[in-house]
Amino acid sequence: MSIEAKTEFKPKIVAFCCNWCSYAGADLAGSSRLGYPADVKIIRVPCSCRVNPMFILRAFEKGADGVILCGCHPGDCHYSTGNYYARRRMTLLFSMLDYLGVEQGRTRVEWVSAAEGMKFSATMNEFVEKIYSLGENVRLGDLRCRN
Amino acid sequence: MQELVNHAKELLTSGSVARVLGWKTGDLPYNPEPAYFDSAEALEEFVYNGFCGANLSKYMIEASKLEGKTLIFLKPCDTYSFNQLLKEHRIDRDKAWIVGVGCHGKLDAEQIRCQGIKGIEAVTEAGAQLQIQTFYGDRTIDYSSALLERCHVCKGKEHQIYDELIGESEETNDEERFSQVAGIEQLNPEEKFAFFQKELSKCIRCNACRNVCPACSCRKCVFDSNKFDSAQKANVDSFEEKMFHIIRAFHVAGRCTDCGECSRVCPQGIPLHLFNRKFIKDIDELYGEFKAGEDAEAKGPLTDFTFDDAEPGIVAERG
Amino acid sequence: MYKTAKQNLPALFRMIAESQELYLPVRSAGQTNFACWSEEAEVDLESLNSVKSPKNVFFPQSENLYTVKRDGKKMKIEPEALRNQEFVIFGMRPCDVRGVEVLDKVFLADPPDTYYAARREHGTMVSLACREPEETCFCSAFGIDCTEPDADVAVWMIGEALYWKSRTDKGDALTGTVGSLLTEAEEQDVEETKEQVRGIIAKLPYSDLSLEGWNGEALTEKFDSEKWEELYKPCLACGTCTFVCPTCQCYDIKDYDTGSGVQRYRCWDSCMYSDFTMMAHGNNRTTQMQRFRQRFMHKLVYFPANNGGMYSCVGCGRCVGKCPSSLNIVKVVKAFQSEGGDK
Repeated sequence: MSIEAKTEFKPKIVAFCCNWCSYAGADLAGSSRLGYPADVKIIRVPCSCRVNPMFILRAFEKGADGVILCGCHPGDCHYSTGNYYARRRMTLLFSMLDYLGVEQGRTRVEWVSAAEGMKFSATMNEFVEKIYSLGENVRLGDLRCRN
Repeated sequence: MQELVNHAKELLTSGSVARVLGWKTGDLPYNPEPAYFDSAEALEEFVYNGFCGANLSKYMIEASKLEGKTLIFLKPCDTYSFNQLLKEHRIDRDKAWIVGVGCHGKLDAEQIRCQGIKGIEAVTEAGAQLQIQTFYGDRTIDYSSALLERCHVCKGKEHQIYDELIGESEETNDEERFSQVAGIEQLNPEEKFAFFQKELSKCIRCNACRNVCPACSCRKCVFDSNKFDSAQKANVDSFEEKMFHIIRAFHVAGRCTDCGECSRVCPQGIPLHLFNRKFIKDIDELYGEFKAGEDAEAKGPLTDFTFDDAEPGIVAERG
Repeated sequence: MYKTAKQNLPALFRMIAESQELYLPVRSAGQTNFACWSEEAEVDLESLNSVKSPKNVFFPQSENLYTVKRDGKKMKIEPEALRNQEFVIFGMRPCDVRGVEVLDKVFLADPPDTYYAARREHGTMVSLACREPEETCFCSAFGIDCTEPDADVAVWMIGEALYWKSRTDKGDALTGTVGSLLTEAEEQDVEETKEQVRGIIAKLPYSDLSLEGWNGEALTEKFDSEKWEELYKPCLACGTCTFVCPTCQCYDIKDYDTGSGVQRYRCWDSCMYSDFTMMAHGNNRTTQMQRFRQRFMHKLVYFPANNGGMYSCVGCGRCVGKCPSSLNIVKVVKAFQSEGGDK
């Protein structure tokens, strides 16, 4: 076996965070100096309901290995009912992705409030761990975006 | 069939309707085309036989914009699509005079060819049999062996909306609706992926499925937008073929009436109903049984919610 | 004229595939399409034609033109290498071969399309004569004899034998490669089957299709005819007819953002789509009637007018079988035929 310099797998995670709860939660994690891997890229949206299934698939297409959606707790949505719709939408989407053979665990929804800085960083750490174990996303990625 | 023609001629000549939307005889035994008839003479070319599988309700979108009423012939499954379009305010109820027609299952020329029959010259429907004359000999097959896939899981021959009914129907349901979906759910992820990869790699992005679907009536489809860089006309990467079908199925989720047109029109014979039925199955299991198009008022499952909906984590839990 | 036993075919394919890529009709997931040969491939020479025409081998549905890679402030442009390896495409029907000839008129005209030209130069076409034409066939209307293929090599499958006849230098070269599997045969051996097939062609429903009045004549009359308003109504504006057609040749050029650069590629386009030839000011054809009319006028009037009478339709019948609304070019020709076939 020749000794090859293997590029260590660095997972790319995209986190859609709603502006009012989970983004503030991420902020709190930051100001409390609670660490979580830099592989997580946060995209701020006004509400978790803004997230279209196309966004999730585009994230995977462009090279993400895991996508997580964070929003307000059900009942606490800043816009009253947004996260209820998001909950239904994401459940159906994840079920379809599972049906297609995409590994479970690449997608996740977590409800994080503005005061839950610790929960945010714990969730991200857990999620990154999970993606490390699942490996690179080959089933739902676009080869052209892989160099 | 003559009853349908006579009735249509009556309504047309009396001025109650301005045009008739039905099927016109094709130049081959199995290819009638959806058509508008403006006069009693034109109706001489009307046909209603086992090959009239096309769902006419989508043409009502255009017909709603024309002057006067349109007489439209709807099979039982087509009426679900009509209700759904009504719910979404895409068509005008007052512009349509619906004649519900009887149905004993519609035929698929592909299914006939799959049985090794080539060079079809003529097809005669004889009760439970089909007599097929070809240039290479004659064959008789069971009517049910040549049915469209959707007829085997027929929701029932009751018209959900109509102004009058003409013709008798016969039940054709002989398969469990979600059995194929359940079969795939049982496979492990590698097998599932391999199955869909094989089927979807045939996709040529002709968009026939999208254009025939009554639920896909957006004036400008997101996939026709040149604002994002996905090719609309080719699957440049295997990801794009998955993206199109997942998203299309998602966009019609909760609105799909399982009319089966998408699978009928696919030139590559991709079993597209497997995507739509998966969503219907999930919705039935998670949010209560819902049949899109049963009426024109009920709220769709994706525009509704309850406080106790299942969490997305349930996908991982139920295995 | 040579022949070989049908059971030698796998060995024949293996022999060809040793030195070059071999494309032939392969059955996969219930459909037959042209694909690369491999030991596991389920070769299908019985089906009348493939769903997607073999033009895909010379003019792929999508291909990269060049790639731009960005590295900080530096950019590197890498043009796509042109095909320079030989390949063989086996089992093309005579109608599909004519389709390639139509594409030649477009892509090899000055200035030639280098990507297409490279593939055309390195490809050897082996055409399979038809034995069981079906009701959707009307190649005879365009002067194509499906019993007499006109490609680099012509083959006939009759009973348990495959008959082989080389027609060009490329064909001779290929015959040399597989010579060890071929034995001598007489021209007479295929005559009987040819006559039989010609007899069936004469009985097909479209055998009396007349193209009188088309071919660049009466252009304005046809264009302004009111028949189009009626003909186009069921059209769903999908792209099925254009994508299965062996002669449709329009393409779009797009740029794809790979994250670290751009890939410029071209892909098939369809004149049925609403954004076809969309320009800065908008679109020149805004209604489906105009687009529908455009397609058939191109195939039956404009193309022959510009190419010495060669129609841009080959009578393969794919549009007849695959259109979701049962529209097809035959219905269009016949609609005008009923006008008394006047010029």
